[in-house]
Amino acid sequence: MLVLNCPYCGLDKDETELSAGGEAHLKRFGPGSSDEDFEGYLFERTNPKGLHFERWRCAFGCGKWFHAARCTATLEVFGTYKAQTLEPPKVIKDVITTKRPGWSWRNFS
Amino acid sequence: MKRYSVFAVAREAMRQHSGWGRAWSNPEPKTSYDVIIIGAGGHGLATAYYLGKNFGITNLAVIEKGWLGGGNTGRNTTIIRSNYLQDASAALYEKSRSLYENLSQDLNYNVMFSPRGVMMLAQTQHEIRGYQRTAHANSLQGVSTEFIGPSRVKELCPIMNIDGPRYPVLGALWQPRGGSARHDAVAWGYARACSDMGMDILQQTEVMGIRQKNGNVVGVDTTRGNIACKKLGMVVAGHASVVAEMAGFKLPLESVPLQALVSEPIKPCMDVVVMANTVHGYMSQSDKGEMVIGGGTDGYNAYTQRGSFHHLEETVRALIETFPMVSRLKMLRHWGGIVDVTGDRSPILSKTPLGNTFINCGWGTGGFKAIPGSGWGFAELMANGESPLTAGFGLDRFRVGRFIDESVAAGVAH
Ligand SMILES: Cc1cc2nc3c(=O)[nH]c(=O)nc-3n(C[C@H](O)[C@H](O)[C@H](O)COP(=O)(O)OP(=O)(O)OC[C@H]3O[C@@H](n4cnc5c(N)ncnc54)[C@H](O)[C@@H]3O)c2cc1C
Ligand SMILES: [Zn+2]
Repeated sequence: MLVLNCPYCGLDKDETELSAGGEAHLKRFGPGSSDEDFEGYLFERTNPKGLHFERWRCAFGCGKWFHAARCTATLEVFGTYKAQTLEPPKVIKDVITTKRPGWSWRNFS
Repeated sequence: MKRYSVFAVAREAMRQHSGWGRAWSNPEPKTSYDVIIIGAGGHGLATAYYLGKNFGITNLAVIEKGWLGGGNTGRNTTIIRSNYLQDASAALYEKSRSLYENLSQDLNYNVMFSPRGVMMLAQTQHEIRGYQRTAHANSLQGVSTEFIGPSRVKELCPIMNIDGPRYPVLGALWQPRGGSARHDAVAWGYARACSDMGMDILQQTEVMGIRQKNGNVVGVDTTRGNIACKKLGMVVAGHASVVAEMAGFKLPLESVPLQALVSEPIKPCMDVVVMANTVHGYMSQSDKGEMVIGGGTDGYNAYTQRGSFHHLEETVRALIETFPMVSRLKMLRHWGGIVDVTGDRSPILSKTPLGNTFINCGWGTGGFKAIPGSGWGFAELMANGESPLTAGFGLDRFRVGRFIDESVAAGVAH
């Protein structure tokens, strides 16, 4: 059972209390953008084997969306953080750096 | 290759089975091939087979990081059907189903294809309408299916409880020519036939990088050295995004675990395949007597080849209402595979941004049934640059919005 800590209500939540929301930090493209950008935003996914940043929702708890940094190969959780940010905060990046030195994900490292 | 036949069995019985020989060879990699296929699952091996058989291309290697058939091909619940909704899907899956009918003879290998019939239960009003629509679409496509009522369902599958309190059985989409086959045998049969044509199947060899020059592929880096090629086919299912990244492009895919389980073997009690999409469960009985059960995918990305336990619990709990006998069964084994799911629940058979490189992926939870047809079409695409079978399944459909939407009926489609 995957357990994530909701950064809003501060509680550890089993995955059965959460719903997964897919890749995090996508830049939204709408009407007027190029076909390429729109396709990238809607469909293209990083889908990495290893470190991943995702959106999750505290569905049966406080109801808020938050972010998680997680490894898809080992299921290790590096940390969770609030959704009101365009990139992972430094504390999360530091945790990842100690566990996965030299990591990179999309444009972040 | 020694042909398998009743005479061969008799001959070997007379000499203590001393003359069988290897089914496929275990060669050292050559320095270069005309074509390299990454991934010795059913789709990779079938592609290689039809490249040889239909196009005479045999200077070919299939490169596999584990053992052949050890990916999703050897982990699936083997449902074979072709009752899809969209014309492009029906053409591809029906081609595949019809190739399955003669596959044992074609490969001289018993793949145990058993057209015992597949029924997809309608347990809500919405499903009744959905499956009636599919039945009409299928009759226009020349795929023989039928919408049947609850009493016929009960007649075909007496162990079913059709008037459960929560999800009564209201009817079913019935495809009498659907069924199942032995998953390993499909991989082994193709592998043996490929090896017989002189192709190399390189097991325990992982592709780590893809070499390119002026926008074209020139070879692959593997754990057993660099190997050059003129054309490359990527057929790695759950690892498609990982291999595509080596070539420098992204895919519209998410990789998630899908699980299955089998019970202890019991006497024959069910001679059809039943899928119940509303409750996310499906079941059939193997020739060994085990009840083979599968459910829905996990909700989040993972590459662990095992899923969350609560999904199995949900699957079994859901099946108990419709199949009360399941509550008395001991479960023997459960396992998972990593399935590659696209937004429209249809596969990708396509050219890629890298020249002379082709990709076959996105089969998600339902590609076993498609192995012969996909191999047939993808081989044509790789050899000729186009194929009527694969035409609608290109990567460009996500750019132009021409989806082949098979996700309408339910999230599960095996
Ligand atoms: C539990 C479960 C139940 C299913 N039930 C059904 C069903 O009832 N009916 C149905 O039609 N379908 C079903 N499916 C789906 C079906 O199994 C798959 O769609 C199909 O087997 C995919 O075949 P493949 O050859 O593309 O992939 P795979 O069989 O997974 O083969 C891909 C191969 O590529 C290899 N590979 C990956 N990366 C590399 C690399 N870098 N270098 C070298 N090799 C590499 C892997 O080791 C693997 O062997 C099910 C799947 C699962 C997991
Ligand atoms: Zn919360």
